[in-house]
Amino acid sequence: MKKSYQSLEVNLTNNMIQVIYRKLTSNILHFGFVILLTFTTSLSAQEGDSAKGKSLFNANCAACHTLDKKMTGPALRNVEQRLADDEGLDREWLYAWVKNSAGMIKSGDAYANKIYNEYSGAAMTAFPQLSNEDIDNILAYTAEEKKAPVPVPGGAVATQTTETTGGISNEIILGALAILFILLAAGLFLVNKTLRRFASAQGIEVEEDSKRTPLWKAFVKNQFLMLVTAIFFLLASAYFVFGYFMQIGIDQGYQPVQEIHFSHKIHAGDNKVDCKYCHSSARTSKTSGIPSLNVCMNCHKSIYEYNGETTPEYSKEFYDGEIKKLYAAAGWDDAEQKYTGDSQPVKWTRIHNLPDFVYFNHSQHVTVAGVECQTCHGPVEEMEIMYQHAPLTMGWCIECHRTTNVNVKDNAYYTKIHEELSKKYGVDKLTVAQMGGLECGKCHY
Amino acid sequence: MSSNKKYWKSVEELNENSSIVETLKQNEFVNEIPTDEFLGDKETLEETSTTRRDFLKYVGFSTAAASLAACEGPVKKAIPYVVQPTEIIPGVANYYATTIADGFDFASVLVKTREGRPIKIENNALAVTNGNANARVNASVLGLYDSLRVQGPSKKGESISWETFNSETTQALTTIAAENKDIVLLTQTFASPSTSKLISEFKEKYGNVRHVVYDSVSESASLDAYQAKYNERALANYDFSKAMTIVSVGADFLGDWQGGGFDSGYSKNRVPDHGKMSRHIQFESNMSLTGANADKRVPLTPSQQKTALAKLYSQVVGGSVSTQDLPAHIEDAISKAASQLKKAGSNGLVVTGIQDVNAQTVALEINEALNSKAFDKAAPIKIRQGSDKAVAKLVADMKAGTVGAIIMSGVNPMYTLSNASDFAEGLKKVDLSVTFSLKADETAVLTDYIAAAPHYLESWGDVEIKKGHYALTQPTIRPLFDTRQFQDALLTWTENDASYHDYIKEAWGTTILGGSSFNKALHDGTFVGAIATETEDTTTTTEVVESDETEETPSGNAARALAASVKSDSGFELTLYTKIGMGDGQQANNPWLQEFPDPLTRTSWDNYLTISKVDADALGLVNTHVATGALNSNYANVTANGTTIKVPVMIQPGQAKGSVGLAFGYGKTLGLKEEMQTGVNAYALYQDFNNVQSVTIESAGGEHEFASVQLHNTLMGRGDIVKETTLEIFNTKDKKHWNAIPVVSLNHVETPVTSPDVDLWDEFDRSIGHHFNLSVDLNACTGCGACVIACHAENNVPVVGKEEVRRSRDMHWLRIDRYYSSEESFDGDNDKKDNISGLGSSLSEFGEMENASANPQVAFQPVMCQHCNHAPCETVCPVAATSHGRQGQNHMAYNRCVGTRYCANNCPYKVRRFNWFLYNGNDEFDYYMNDDLGRMVLNPDVVVRSRGVMEKCSMCIQMTQKTILDAKRDGREIKDGDFQTACSAACSSGAMVFGDINDKSSKVAKLKEDNRMYHLLESVGTKPNVQYQTKVRNTTEA
Repeated sequence: MKKSYQSLEVNLTNNMIQVIYRKLTSNILHFGFVILLTFTTSLSAQEGDSAKGKSLFNANCAACHTLDKKMTGPALRNVEQRLADDEGLDREWLYAWVKNSAGMIKSGDAYANKIYNEYSGAAMTAFPQLSNEDIDNILAYTAEEKKAPVPVPGGAVATQTTETTGGISNEIILGALAILFILLAAGLFLVNKTLRRFASAQGIEVEEDSKRTPLWKAFVKNQFLMLVTAIFFLLASAYFVFGYFMQIGIDQGYQPVQEIHFSHKIHAGDNKVDCKYCHSSARTSKTSGIPSLNVCMNCHKSIYEYNGETTPEYSKEFYDGEIKKLYAAAGWDDAEQKYTGDSQPVKWTRIHNLPDFVYFNHSQHVTVAGVECQTCHGPVEEMEIMYQHAPLTMGWCIECHRTTNVNVKDNAYYTKIHEELSKKYGVDKLTVAQMGGLECGKCHY
Repeated sequence: MSSNKKYWKSVEELNENSSIVETLKQNEFVNEIPTDEFLGDKETLEETSTTRRDFLKYVGFSTAAASLAACEGPVKKAIPYVVQPTEIIPGVANYYATTIADGFDFASVLVKTREGRPIKIENNALAVTNGNANARVNASVLGLYDSLRVQGPSKKGESISWETFNSETTQALTTIAAENKDIVLLTQTFASPSTSKLISEFKEKYGNVRHVVYDSVSESASLDAYQAKYNERALANYDFSKAMTIVSVGADFLGDWQGGGFDSGYSKNRVPDHGKMSRHIQFESNMSLTGANADKRVPLTPSQQKTALAKLYSQVVGGSVSTQDLPAHIEDAISKAASQLKKAGSNGLVVTGIQDVNAQTVALEINEALNSKAFDKAAPIKIRQGSDKAVAKLVADMKAGTVGAIIMSGVNPMYTLSNASDFAEGLKKVDLSVTFSLKADETAVLTDYIAAAPHYLESWGDVEIKKGHYALTQPTIRPLFDTRQFQDALLTWTENDASYHDYIKEAWGTTILGGSSFNKALHDGTFVGAIATETEDTTTTTEVVESDETEETPSGNAARALAASVKSDSGFELTLYTKIGMGDGQQANNPWLQEFPDPLTRTSWDNYLTISKVDADALGLVNTHVATGALNSNYANVTANGTTIKVPVMIQPGQAKGSVGLAFGYGKTLGLKEEMQTGVNAYALYQDFNNVQSVTIESAGGEHEFASVQLHNTLMGRGDIVKETTLEIFNTKDKKHWNAIPVVSLNHVETPVTSPDVDLWDEFDRSIGHHFNLSVDLNACTGCGACVIACHAENNVPVVGKEEVRRSRDMHWLRIDRYYSSEESFDGDNDKKDNISGLGSSLSEFGEMENASANPQVAFQPVMCQHCNHAPCETVCPVAATSHGRQGQNHMAYNRCVGTRYCANNCPYKVRRFNWFLYNGNDEFDYYMNDDLGRMVLNPDVVVRSRGVMEKCSMCIQMTQKTILDAKRDGREIKDGDFQTACSAACSSGAMVFGDINDKSSKVAKLKEDNRMYHLLESVGTKPNVQYQTKVRNTTEA
């Protein structure tokens, strides 16, 4: 498999531009929605604040319910309307159900028992802390009309325009300059021609200078110059060959295509998921660990679609498709909300490869030293596709060990050794190297 | 100046008419060049269209393509769990307590697992009983990944499903039970309360069931003697840590005597403490590990041992026992031993390994008479329960055709029975034969069904090691193959739906735990019960025993019977024994154990007939060294009762004249790789389960190649290598008399080598941080070799095979050197060397000193990289691949090494090992690193070295670094004992102590200041970080 290297800088700047524009458009959209919503709510007969309702919904209900999709509990869009129409139940029934569903089941309420059995005996948690007003708010939220999908092209068009304008201006300047040069050259040629014509007309012989040896011949004959040039070329080629060989096996910028398009940007950047939530063993183990699929499913059981910002390349459909891939791998039947047991481990392509003869321990750096993940892995929260940020060469390790101070704060292990060593070296703070972090056997065994 | 020199090619040319010279004149090559082989096939040559030029083009192109392709990094896949088990964190090891109970080795151990793979066996410190893993137990983890394991049940060679197996066998059993034929369970000693219960339930269901317990190496005589005396079928339990005077008559109690596990107790009193240490006198015929550690060793033949024991009895206990006369020096030794025993009183202990009921009874009686504190009658050993007579009866019954079904588990009678052919004949007459086996071994292939059994690391189980001392076996990995254990099958046959795990849990809850938590017992791996439970399933075997048991012996009867049983025989007496590396041969397909050098002969990959020099000379048997130094020998034909086997001969110093020895466990032919099919099967001579056989020996000539790792046997009087002294001198004289620091001349003034004035190098200040030292106590070290295997497992040390060991290319990072004295004692050697003067004397006497004495003193010395602070290897490395760390470890960066081997040449201790070949993934070295299964045992924290790289002991830097990191992460200081190396952790005798000498309160820091401390080859000035403690021998006669 070939590694796909991309010109990262260009890509990154493009992305940043896109982000700004997309944010703008989505802000406008949001604003529009809010206005729209205020209208709908005021027009509607129901009282209740749907904005408050949304936050209450997310805090209390979202673990089991969504608006449009059956999960652990039923979908709740227009629940009140639906109950009133189908079952003839009013808001009072809903108050009672939310506050004490188990009680209602016990009391023998028909619909309560029906829904209880339909969800295979999974009782809804009681929410006695919710007031009637809170429930009104939640119901107002559930009564909202379904959002139209976010119009995608807006942002993209904006980006494209910026790009084209920048391109045109450059080309105009360059074109103008080129025309200018052509005009100049033509002018000179014409002047020369005219002058020669004058000369021939006036019978003046233009002297042809043919006796001098050409410059290149003189150069070839000069042995000293030849020697110096040869040495120069040899050294130059040695420099390039050496450079070529030294970069073999260094995969900085390695950005393979993965089986599932996992966007660190969405997870660590947009949603600010802590790195160590998924890579938990980085705290305690030598490996940071690629999260197992059950860790993914902790969230993705309820996050079944992508509702963030999109680009033409990475559309909502694209991201939703990737979540489907995760479900297939984890063996999660989204419709039935249960595991099928038919799982298929994901074969990620490893990006950061240290040779076997190097011992590296994540917990040493993450937990003991308190090094940020980004120090070595780069701006992961901005990476749509993960790539290798650091060269991971020994020189790179050593450079850091030479310049970084040991984090000895509140660590009883270091107290004595740090005191004695810093006295010995006459420094306040010891670097890793001074603690012995450059010794061969610390990493090679 | 030109001359007419004639160059001679061979002596033959002197003979003018030699036909050979004539022939050679015409022929340039003595042997015909085999051109026909590659040019003879005309057809293929003509058919091929590839010209030489084309061929070269292809070669060139493919080389270029390959090198171009090599520039591209390989794409590696990383596959996470779908559902990660909560207890597993990738990269962090988990430990589980479990118990090995394979019928020969019984020990509570800890199993280190990484990402769910067991990779190492460690000692279980929580276990009161048998918590120490010997070399075989340490190596047993590799058996789990044996590529030749049976991978599923089969019927006459065809694989079947377990459902088929269950239904067919159940049906067959029911039929046989209805026909009222015998159903026999022939098993190893399980010593398992749950299995016993299960077997009794099985008996209830099928009626005519007989359970025959079969130990391949029998302890039947000891069991019978103990049963007769104490009415319990068990083995006497001795706590050697309570014995100050130990007399052993033929008991190799540091080896596998009575199931082993006595060495840690023994070692406790071997280290002089307040001027006292135990005194150990050994009477034996083979040179055993125990004899090598004894203060006084008396070689004598097995029949003389009987007489000696009877004499000892009469002198200690009293009563007249008429005995034959023994040679004067033996008589003298016996009377001295007797008087020392009497003096020691209850601190005395007598043990014997003679497989004779009377001999065992005598030993028990002496200990009774002494009121020996070491004799623990409350908790006799349960791990051998076999009965020779029951097995013999079974074979007879099978031949008679009265046995309807035989179900075997953990036994391989076709290999371990001397009358295997009778067994095979009987097996044909049995209607149903089933073997639960890990391997398609000699027995399994003859039975109807092979029931694939799981390794103990995949099984559930429980063991009562000693009475009231229980241990649990739990799986540490999901079964690798489609296997079921014997107990699960018993449950199926008794129509019990419970799993064996539940069964054990229930059985423990009702009878053993007495209210304690099962989970705690499982966590600890061991449980000591308050009440000893009543046993169990010895009824059938007992019956057989009782039928011809001798009546109650009044005082002295046994001794008289013993003395009377001595027959004087003209031939040789053969003592069959088990080697510490191979045991009874169950693990013969384990390359670690095959390559493990025997502690005494230092020979790997073989068994051999040990014989004394005198006898060998008389028979014309020789050991010779070939040009590479490797050891070769003749074969001898050994005949016992008409059975003859051809065995290579090893001349063994200390072997009693008139006796020979041969080890069990070799010569297997089935269920193991070709490379491991080494040695000869000694069970063929194990007639009537008697480990002493009267044999005749004659030379069979031939040339056998041994793979020995140590070819020079003596110290040549260099007493500063293994320093030793006697207890008397140690107690009375100043250190400088027995552990003097060597001196060198500085400006004609004698200066100790430890002085900085005579040092070539400036000292680096190591007083800050950790400074690791390893102390090896030569008194406590018994040479058992558990550390060698532990080091193998921890550090991914490759196995190189017999041929490479012969070329001295063994890779052991840790070796245990064994030295014999060439005089009576090492002191004698030193004196002899010091008194050599003049050319004639040095020529003759140095030559003599190369040979070991007939009954030498023996010294063991574990040698690993000494981690010199002034390391000679570091200064000669042209690429700085080896360098010194501040913590005292000598680092070796494999990726930097270019393989000049300068370091190995400059190392005075010869501890560096060179990878002559790529030992992993190489078909030439098909041991365990050559298949995916075997490679699962590799320690992921230690790199697997490649060809052309030097390697050596790293002082387990991966372990010290981990200890430091754990402390840093917890933010705590490190306590003494936290730092361990694989060898120090494996050492059950406490001989190896590892730690930080900058922690002044640590054990190793105190040992460094001990008077006994010395450094190996201190005069060289290397300042090693490995220290040795001078060996002290208790030579005090009564």
